[in-house]
Amino acid sequence: MDFSLKIWRQKNAQSKGKFVTYKISDISPNCSFLEMLDQLNEQLVTRHEEPVAFDHDCREGICGACSLYVNGHPHGPDTAITTCQLHMRKFKDGDTIVIEPWRARPFPVIKDLIVDRSSFDAIIQAGGFISVNTGGIPDANAILIPKSDADYSMDAAACIGCGACVAACKNASAMLFVSAKVSHLALLPQGKIEAAERVQAMVKKMDELGFGNCTNTGACEAECPKQISITNIARMNREFLTAKVCTQKKRVLAGGGA
Amino acid sequence: MALAGLFLITFLVLHLVINLLLLLNDSGAAYMQAVKFMTTNPLIKIMEIFLFGGFILHILIGVTIQIFNWMARPKRYRVEGFSHTSFFSKYMIHTGAIILIFLVIHFINFYFKKLGWVAPPEGVEREDFYQMALMLFSNEFYAILYMVLMVFLGFHLNHAFQSAFQTLGLNHSKYTPFIKGLGTLYSIVVPLGFALIPLIILISKN
Repeated sequence: MDFSLKIWRQKNAQSKGKFVTYKISDISPNCSFLEMLDQLNEQLVTRHEEPVAFDHDCREGICGACSLYVNGHPHGPDTAITTCQLHMRKFKDGDTIVIEPWRARPFPVIKDLIVDRSSFDAIIQAGGFISVNTGGIPDANAILIPKSDADYSMDAAACIGCGACVAACKNASAMLFVSAKVSHLALLPQGKIEAAERVQAMVKKMDELGFGNCTNTGACEAECPKQISITNIARMNREFLTAKVCTQKKRVLAGGGA
Repeated sequence: MALAGLFLITFLVLHLVINLLLLLNDSGAAYMQAVKFMTTNPLIKIMEIFLFGGFILHILIGVTIQIFNWMARPKRYRVEGFSHTSFFSKYMIHTGAIILIFLVIHFINFYFKKLGWVAPPEGVEREDFYQMALMLFSNEFYAILYMVLMVFLGFHLNHAFQSAFQTLGLNHSKYTPFIKGLGTLYSIVVPLGFALIPLIILISKN
């Protein structure tokens, strides 16, 4: 198969960047999208040109490293997959493929198609955890959890933090990511203890970082490679509102014992 | 945003019911009675403050959020907008702006006349909304503009109804499909109800 690739090239975070068109031919339909880019890069290297920089790691859809906004879709035109799981047979022979990096203020471009997604790490650091002391392994059934709660929690926990939701959202909102992280903990008894503090801290961080607001368009849900549902966003909104209304004022504790 | 929106959604139903009284064949007696109640009842006067507050809040928050949302993506995509979304949700600021323009015209046509800020048409009392409405709707240009506007109102409401519930966190596998259905029904029935009034007046005139 032959393709014409319009790829965003940007030397570094400071430089301006532009689209460059490359022709590539003899691509197998069974080739993955990233393998196609590997082939392009090999050709570029032999021509002593700078290869295209793009994020990738596991190449089996579980790590969340790959990104790429392909022809108007994060992770390309197929549903419920990451870019590394996309095959060239999804395109027509002779297609022009436009490849762009994620676009969002909190995701600045580092080079070519690679963006800095550490703002997601900052949101997790703000509250996406449970405070437990390390120690012996607890008995498996010491804490009983309803099966449906465990299932919903697992669905939310499937989020790989790739940022496709932000890339797809017309407002560059991170609500789906944050709500998945809030939900998978809030649904379980271990996470409920800090749920009110967690949701407030994570939402505060998300707003500080400059992500947009959710207007319930549903683009995130449509593009999420793990098919995280926007019911998680509703759950986060619920958690957030009740936390804001019900949380007591913070007590100022005197230092020392009493 | 959602709370103010839901408040406005409730208000629209009341507004429609009163407007439909225009169609009664009683020379506007029932309509004017309703108008009198709405303009003099002290409880309604208090609610009126909330209503204006609701409008102002909804508009101000809506515009602010939109500006922040545009700022969140300083560099736009070359190819964008191919993700599957609810169609009307992407144009809320646009349909909202159209409704706002209409709202200004609407205020000039009625409320400002009542207040005496704008002179009513000749031979019409400044509180005679019945005559004013009839005169406006008899004008083909205004009537068509009004009907077209109701289409945009429908677009706005179509996303608004279920979105408000989602924003407030009221999502449930049992009830959300019902809310979505109700929202669609509302967004068709209410604007259609409003649009029918000038249509019937125009048809009966000719």
